[in-house]
Amino acid sequence: MLDFIGKRKIFYVVSLIIALVSLAAIIIFGFRWGIDFKGGTRWQIDFTGERPGASELLKVLKENNINDAILDFSGKKSVILRFKDISEEEHQKILSALISRFGQIEEKNFSSIGPIIGAELKRRALWAVFIVTLMILAYVSYAFRKASVRIPSYKYGTLAIVALLHDVIAMLGFFSLLGHFALVELNSYFIVALLIVMGYSVHDIIIVFDRIRENMKTASLKSDVKTITNDSINQTLSRSINTSLTSILALLGLYFFGPLAINTLVLAMMFGIFIGTYSSIFIASPLLVDWSERRRK
Amino acid sequence: MKLDLKKKSWITSLFIILITLLAAVYVWPTPWNKTVDSLNKWQEHKYGHLIIRFPYFINQPFSLGLDLVGGTALTYKADLSQIKPSDYSAAMNGLRDVIERRVNLFGAKEPRVAVEKVGDNWQLVVELAGITDIKEAIRQIGQTPYLEFREMRSQEETNQILKLQEEERKKEKPDPLILNEDPYFKPTILTGRYLQRADVNFTANTNQPVVDLVFNDEGAKIFQELTKNNIGKPLAIYLDGALISAPVVQEEISGGRAQISGKFDLAEAKQLAQRLNQGALPVPITLISQESIGSSLGIESINKSVIAGLISLALIILFMVLYYRLSGLVASLALLTYTVLSLALFKLIPITLTLSGIAGFILSIGMAVDANILIFERAKEEIRKGKNNFTAIGEGFLRAWPAIRDSNICTIISATVLYFLTSSLIRGFALTLGLGVILSMFSAIFISRLYLLNLISSHSRPWLWFNFRKNVSSKENLNN
Repeated sequence: MLDFIGKRKIFYVVSLIIALVSLAAIIIFGFRWGIDFKGGTRWQIDFTGERPGASELLKVLKENNINDAILDFSGKKSVILRFKDISEEEHQKILSALISRFGQIEEKNFSSIGPIIGAELKRRALWAVFIVTLMILAYVSYAFRKASVRIPSYKYGTLAIVALLHDVIAMLGFFSLLGHFALVELNSYFIVALLIVMGYSVHDIIIVFDRIRENMKTASLKSDVKTITNDSINQTLSRSINTSLTSILALLGLYFFGPLAINTLVLAMMFGIFIGTYSSIFIASPLLVDWSERRRK
Repeated sequence: MKLDLKKKSWITSLFIILITLLAAVYVWPTPWNKTVDSLNKWQEHKYGHLIIRFPYFINQPFSLGLDLVGGTALTYKADLSQIKPSDYSAAMNGLRDVIERRVNLFGAKEPRVAVEKVGDNWQLVVELAGITDIKEAIRQIGQTPYLEFREMRSQEETNQILKLQEEERKKEKPDPLILNEDPYFKPTILTGRYLQRADVNFTANTNQPVVDLVFNDEGAKIFQELTKNNIGKPLAIYLDGALISAPVVQEEISGGRAQISGKFDLAEAKQLAQRLNQGALPVPITLISQESIGSSLGIESINKSVIAGLISLALIILFMVLYYRLSGLVASLALLTYTVLSLALFKLIPITLTLSGIAGFILSIGMAVDANILIFERAKEEIRKGKNNFTAIGEGFLRAWPAIRDSNICTIISATVLYFLTSSLIRGFALTLGLGVILSMFSAIFISRLYLLNLISSHSRPWLWFNFRKNVSSKENLNN
């Protein structure tokens, strides 16, 4: 039997550091928004012949009034170009300039997105996060409505949201850091991962809370909330870890062998599932103990 | 356990296995078809003719999204400033119909044209699978020929404009606005907005090709008014500011039908009707986003997804068998059943699979075993308490159910919100994940329970079936 509740202060400090570092990263570095959020062009081309170097490519782009290009080489033939959004005429002009300079080119992917779409996407993403939070709160309160043995049901719901917030901040911070140091972009796939992780994280918390609720009913009134909670965490521990593990195994296959385009989605999801499992074990349940004890004093 | 109950559950199991095998062939008919080929060949070789002709299995391909087959997606913003707010959605639907007609002309496999209201903007999303030539697609769709009817100006007006233009030409920097003014005809409010369609027909007597115009109700009224005021005078039809024809009005026309007759042959008439249909674009549009995916990238993505999916599945099965032993094996069988049935369902409905949709499905495979893990952990506890195998498994299923239900509902909530708040490429993820979660509850509760209860017996050793460190053998188990 592992003592989670006794050592909870350590995990509070760990989570506080995670939250502070995340917030600092978000404030200092911000996010590297993908083109679906800020507008712009993403263009993946394969060179049939020898792939030119960065400076040669940038020169051709500059001749066509593209001064903000970022190049990303992948594989042996591929390069991904990112710059401001352009019209179809400009696209064709640059394409023919590239072909005349470097020989035959295969366009693998071209997308150019105006700024209107991005603003709307951000608005919708915020709405989605807000709605999911509300619905989860409502559902947890409903599911735990009869759990009034020793701990009122709204406390379960509130703490589920606190843990959720913890996970969301950690994910945002993680991607802010990735954006700054590894040039990973935050695109609409990230929002997908965020929402799914929110559902998943609550799913983890519910399993532990459900066990606490059940044990509260059967335990004698003398027994300590601390002990009951610690027992409950231990009883659900292998399930929590195993479930996260199988989900992460599924994602690992995708990350290393799956298509490049959804790497952000998979990475965000893996991190989110990991942090969600952590918070359900080390944060949500210990906080329940502290909250119910304060009330009794 | 009673014998007939056991028998019944065996029959159900066999039934499920049969359906799964059928679904597997439906998902991947190639091995079946190859076997059929060689069987038929063997018959011909041996008997000289076919005794039984074995048929191929139904071959229905997966419905694949744009990012997997390659193609072009274009997003247009519609300018609705000239339209009353109450008519917005009607105007957008009209726009969609026109664009759909144009898109159908150049042979995309399953073009999707959809109206989307994004905030205060109305957008039109055009997805053309298999068309990677953006330039051509944009040219075909984006051309917004503007149809309008013009009536003749009075003689004074014409003279005035001609005089004005004469003077303007003499200037050093002539104003193009004045020069481009049409001296003979002036615009009316009748435009392509009111045209329902144009068709080619032939006159009864002379068999001359003519072009029939059909206006909508509002257009019919305007047209009646216009013809009433212009009897004996030409009414000009302009496309993109160029004169197409100027038939002379014979009489007031009600009912919203007009005919353009003139000296043109069938080909010209057809072209005119086509151009008029094109010109009936009710609102101007501008391109705000474009995306094209090369078909080779799509194929690459499919191959990589399949490999990744198989590796993920293998990793999960490996883990389950190593950790949960025989019960893990049973869960893995249920997982395979789940995978095959879901894929068959995706084909059957059909659900358009996108890259993110495949990711959602693979994730749902990882999540599907969650219910099994919950049940096994619970059953293990019950065995520790000294219950026999059957009771323990029964208890495990019963007690784990509320947790399974609650947690899956949370995932379904997220998937539903995602489905309604995002664009089509991401929608696939929400759909496959949501469907997957619902189906996986069925597979975990029903299928794995059935398999488990059939295979385990009261004499089975718990350590073989669950991950006990020591050989736990309760008295109850031995006595049973």
